[in-house]
Amino acid sequence: MTSPYLSIRNLGVTFTGGTRPVRAVNDVSLDIAPGEAVALIGESGSGKSVTMRAVMRLNPEGRSRIEGRIMVGGRDVMAMDRRTLSAYRGADAAMIFQEPLLALDPVYTLGDQIIETIRRHEPITRDAARARALELFERVRIPSARSRLDNYPHEMSGGMRQRAMIALALSCRPKLLLADEPTTALDATVQMQVLLLLRELQRDLGLSILFVTHDIGAAIEVADRIAVMYAGQIVEEASARDLIRSPRHPYTLGLLKSRAHDAMVKGARLDAIPGAPPDLANLPDGCPFAPRCFLADEGCRSGGVAMQVVGPAHQARCRRLELTAAAAQDAP
Amino acid sequence: MADATIDLAPPAPIRSAGFWRNVGGRLRRDRTAMAAAFVLLLILLAAIFAPLIAPMDPLEGRLVNRLKPIGTEGHLLGTDELGRDMLSRLIWGGRLSLLMGVTPVVMAFVIGSAIGIVAGYAGGWTNTLIMRTIDVFYAFPSVLLAVALSGALGAGLGNALFSLTVVFIPPIARVAESVTTRLRSSDFIEAARASGAGALTIVRVHVLGNVLGPIFVYATSLIAVSMILASGLSFLGLGVRPPNPEWGLMLNTLRTAIYVQPWVAALPGVMIFMVSISFNLLADGLRSAMEVRQ
Repeated sequence: MTSPYLSIRNLGVTFTGGTRPVRAVNDVSLDIAPGEAVALIGESGSGKSVTMRAVMRLNPEGRSRIEGRIMVGGRDVMAMDRRTLSAYRGADAAMIFQEPLLALDPVYTLGDQIIETIRRHEPITRDAARARALELFERVRIPSARSRLDNYPHEMSGGMRQRAMIALALSCRPKLLLADEPTTALDATVQMQVLLLLRELQRDLGLSILFVTHDIGAAIEVADRIAVMYAGQIVEEASARDLIRSPRHPYTLGLLKSRAHDAMVKGARLDAIPGAPPDLANLPDGCPFAPRCFLADEGCRSGGVAMQVVGPAHQARCRRLELTAAAAQDAP
Repeated sequence: MADATIDLAPPAPIRSAGFWRNVGGRLRRDRTAMAAAFVLLLILLAAIFAPLIAPMDPLEGRLVNRLKPIGTEGHLLGTDELGRDMLSRLIWGGRLSLLMGVTPVVMAFVIGSAIGIVAGYAGGWTNTLIMRTIDVFYAFPSVLLAVALSGALGAGLGNALFSLTVVFIPPIARVAESVTTRLRSSDFIEAARASGAGALTIVRVHVLGNVLGPIFVYATSLIAVSMILASGLSFLGLGVRPPNPEWGLMLNTLRTAIYVQPWVAALPGVMIFMVSISFNLLADGLRSAMEVRQ
């Protein structure tokens, strides 16, 4: 494997702003090769967005403690000074947000926002920047791109806005694209279009993508590899194919079974994972998933669980891999 | 995409319509606001060209002609208690009254917005320190604060303008602070940070662009308040000094004549009323014209 473009090592993020420290991300390691798309999935509060924000250093620095190392393109993100960080954000790594209507400035036209971002990073004229903005709009397939550049965000539909947001993120030709639930706020039909667009851009431009979502279907659509997060930890990581075919962590299995996709038989009940995720300010001993796990025994409730290698590029953080594998066989 | 951009001759880029042009267009369709703007323009022009328009000297009067009713030969709007021509005094009075209405608000707009944006964007204890200090000023009723400051500094136009400015800084700063605080945690500010914008760029482009609109509307409505307060100060003898014509002062000196010539005595009040309601209606029109985001 070539050296990864993004490399996260033993990342820990603890928010210290409140009365008790909240351990949002715990010992997360993840590599993304150049041109590879990795999805980070998990439910709300599992730490996936925090992990992604850490790559951009967007977590509030005064109120959080960050451990570990994040390297992007061979450079240490944590060690960057303010100027380097400004140059890095947007040009090396860019981010797209969940709700494009909120993530675009309402008082400027989209063209102006793209032009401003380009000119922040590159010394080019307004007209040249505008020409590139137009090209980007065509690239993300916004119809009548030329006149759309002069639209305000509220004048566009949701799908169009997300395309514009992607164009904005790509404006300085980043090599790493961070996508924070980019399809969650969209209609089901538009979701698929945006996912296909992301996939296509990734192939054509050789982008590395870190795609955060709670929609396992969307993750399979876009990602080469999937990492599942639970309570601030990556509990399983595998190629998209291996992860759906042979999940090795009970939580992944639960997620897969809870997909509406497989339960479309009329009258069939949708499987849900019982219980609720643990309080991150008060994590239980042992495996954080143990209280909700149908396979947990006494050993699971004490002592940490290390990552176990399951197969080539497949690892899971579980003591009872075989049992999970057997359970996965029973429930095709 | 690669390198095609630079070579690609930009085919006469269409200039964006611009936010303010859109607002202007919507405002033009608003009849009430346009009528208000028209009235204001008339009064402003009359004040600017007072020496050319005013039929007589506003300071010169003949006591034999005192308190003539509206419609008197040679004095279209009558005369005041010293026999000076009311029409001329009203036209000249517009100069000082408008000055006292607009100047404090403009100054407070600049200072108050700056304070509010800094407090809102900095957050934390900086915010607390600035805003609680502002609250101390805010705690006084505005009339009382203006009167107290003017009284302490002594009568005079400059002091009146200063005290009115001080009165208007807190409300404007509070509006600026609350809008900025709301913006600070908004997604597009984070998106701007994620695309490499520094704090200065964010404040200059994204905060100012979003904050100035609401404050501008609010400040426009304050002009009416400022005129009334200024008139009040003059009325109390703390602002403009006689014999200079100023609407509030005229209202004050004519008050004794209210039983003799009530209509003449009411004229300065009518002017104050017209200007302030026009500013209010204009502010209202601006507010709806600037609501781009449904």
